[in-house]
Amino acid sequence: MSGPDLDPVSPSSPAERTAAVDRAELIASGAFLVAGAAGGALLVLYALGGQTQLEGLLLTICLAGLGGGIAIVARYLTPAEEVIEAREPLATPPDAGPAPAEISRRALLIRSLGAGLAGLAAAVAIPVLSLGPAPGDTLRHTSWRRGTRMVGEDGQPIRADSLDIDSVTTVFPEGALGDASATTLLIRVSDGSLRLPADRLAGAPGGYVAYSKVCTHAGCPVGLYRAAERRLICPCHQSTFNVLDGARPTFGPAARPLPQLPIARSPDGTFFALDDFSEPVGPGFWDEHR
Amino acid sequence: MTRRSSTRTPATVVPEPAAVPEPAALPEPATELERLAGWVDSRTGLGSFARTALRKVFPDHWSFLLGEVALSCFVILVATGTFLAFFFVPSQAPATYEGAYQPIAGSSVSSAYESVLRLSFDVRAGLLMRQVHHWTALIFIGAIVIHLCRVFFTGAFRRPREINWLIGFGLLTFAIGEGFTGYSLPDDLLSGTGLRIAYSVLLSVPFVGPSLAFLAFGGPFPGPAVISRLFVFHIMLLPALLIGGISAHLFLIWTQKHAQYRRPRATERNVIGQRFWPTQALRSTGLFLLTASVTTLIGGLIQINPVWLYGPFVPSVASSPAQPDWYVGFLEGALRLGPSFEPTILGVTIPSVFVPGIVIPGILFGAIALWPFLEAWRTGDHAEHHILDMPWDAPRRSATGVAMLAVLAMLTVAGGNDVLATTFNVRVEDLTDALRLLTVAVPILAWLVTYLLLVERAKSGDGPRRVGHGREVRRTTDGGFEEVDLG
Repeated sequence: MSGPDLDPVSPSSPAERTAAVDRAELIASGAFLVAGAAGGALLVLYALGGQTQLEGLLLTICLAGLGGGIAIVARYLTPAEEVIEAREPLATPPDAGPAPAEISRRALLIRSLGAGLAGLAAAVAIPVLSLGPAPGDTLRHTSWRRGTRMVGEDGQPIRADSLDIDSVTTVFPEGALGDASATTLLIRVSDGSLRLPADRLAGAPGGYVAYSKVCTHAGCPVGLYRAAERRLICPCHQSTFNVLDGARPTFGPAARPLPQLPIARSPDGTFFALDDFSEPVGPGFWDEHR
Repeated sequence: MTRRSSTRTPATVVPEPAAVPEPAALPEPATELERLAGWVDSRTGLGSFARTALRKVFPDHWSFLLGEVALSCFVILVATGTFLAFFFVPSQAPATYEGAYQPIAGSSVSSAYESVLRLSFDVRAGLLMRQVHHWTALIFIGAIVIHLCRVFFTGAFRRPREINWLIGFGLLTFAIGEGFTGYSLPDDLLSGTGLRIAYSVLLSVPFVGPSLAFLAFGGPFPGPAVISRLFVFHIMLLPALLIGGISAHLFLIWTQKHAQYRRPRATERNVIGQRFWPTQALRSTGLFLLTASVTTLIGGLIQINPVWLYGPFVPSVASSPAQPDWYVGFLEGALRLGPSFEPTILGVTIPSVFVPGIVIPGILFGAIALWPFLEAWRTGDHAEHHILDMPWDAPRRSATGVAMLAVLAMLTVAGGNDVLATTFNVRVEDLTDALRLLTVAVPILAWLVTYLLLVERAKSGDGPRRVGHGREVRRTTDGGFEEVDLG
């Protein structure tokens, strides 16, 4: 590799041991020694029980001592001259030797081999389907059924008198506590203030209305309630839903109302569902309305 | 053992090439090291490669070290991540945390969350390793992005380096994937929210979305197996892709030789710089150790991702405010700015997250990936380039790069709209409307301003590296000017 393609640009030699080089040697050696000392101190600290910040500082000093020392060596104690290297053309020059041997009768072989490889690809790709169930109708239904009792986050049935006007609580179907897609908000507003069509109003007795808590935008739990404006707000992307108007979105990226869960009140003051949500809860998908 | 005679008989016999002459006697090794090198070389023949490697010339400029910072971060991530993997339990099965952190001691959480708490509070040096790992990940992706900007604004992606641009782009996406899967592993409330958004974006893929989401999560959100699957991606699949990609990236730098800035005696047919040994090798080693020292300092002193404050993941709860790690901020912002638009046409619904969650990132990242080909097609410049441009040498390219950065910056700002609204005491609705406008307006303005400034800069010819000329104007000692041919 030596020869005409390598050619020093500047002739200055590192062998001239100037004062700067002497100093660099001292500093680099000092830095290496500091690194060793810091590493030793880290061992002692570890044996004594450890302390995150001190561990970080000692390891920093150890690494910085080594790195700084090596950087100083690279800067002051290596050849300073630059060299010029020629850039060869990238493309491979034409081959002077014999042409590579060919396999005879290729046409049929290539086609049938292609079919064989396609079969292999399908055979090894198919097990990927074992990673998850087919969605089927899962996304269109939740675990709410007609007659399912409503329980709070503690698993106890929700009672009508436990909820003040303009307050909200998270509820689940009894027996499916914590079920993500069935997570529902029970909100109490003053009786008569809901502006819902008659059939939906029937599922919101006495100002108690239940909406899916799963945002119709990206599926976050719609966890914030601005009581003065009766607005539900999703903390993730600030989609805002009007509780009085069927949880219709009023701001933010969500475009669909939160589905309403039709509910009824038992004589003992607890709530039960009249049916599942009438439409899919949560974020949209392409064949949602099929 | 009987064997039937083959039906295939060789038609002709190709003569072997003439025998290789006996090698000359090797000189006696002088040191133990040389003896060892000789032992390896006489069994592998690697000596000639090593000789070329040690003499290889690398041009010297600080901006060429950005990629090395990213490489250093990757090494630190592998080292710290290996330590973490010894303690992390990738499982959503319930477990009881019994360790030193009192507020959560005794409560039932997932095994993953429990193991992260144990690692943070009860394993000596565990918190340091965890924090260094997380901080290094943030710096890793930052270094990749800045390195990408250097390559872009100097035109280093032009022929013959288009393939390496694509590999680098792949490395960026793998690194973002590593970051996202990594911060989702602790199964805390903040990362659980991020996973839920990822699930919803998957769900919005045309028609196969629900199937994809169910395959990825093992069922409807939250999915029974998501943590263990993320773990497989985080410590196996993505690292393998990164290591393969980094190897290919470095191999191409090796075969193509590094590009260089315009300077006296630099031409398209040479490369001027320091040899690999000793200067470049020591520089790189020093840079690696110094990078490690900085990430250790930050990881040791500055808290990051305190999952014990966020609490364990519960599907019915979301924390507020919730911001992802910085490199996902633009996706979060796009989702926040997305219009309230979910049309159903002929029974087909276009989910509201589809455009901001898939189309816009697809266009932005597609444009980045394909830029070398788009530019060559627009300019008709298919020639090889080893001398780098300055940003003003290609004002349109530079202006487009600045506009792209402006889009990403505006989207990232929008990802924190709730925090900004609280900080500056404005309504989040007003701020979001303003950001929708600004995300379109600022990049257009940035393009125009950059373009006009760079055209002026190129016209003025101020500075020694004038566009497209092998000449430069210098001030002479007697106060006049002279034009010097650099060719």
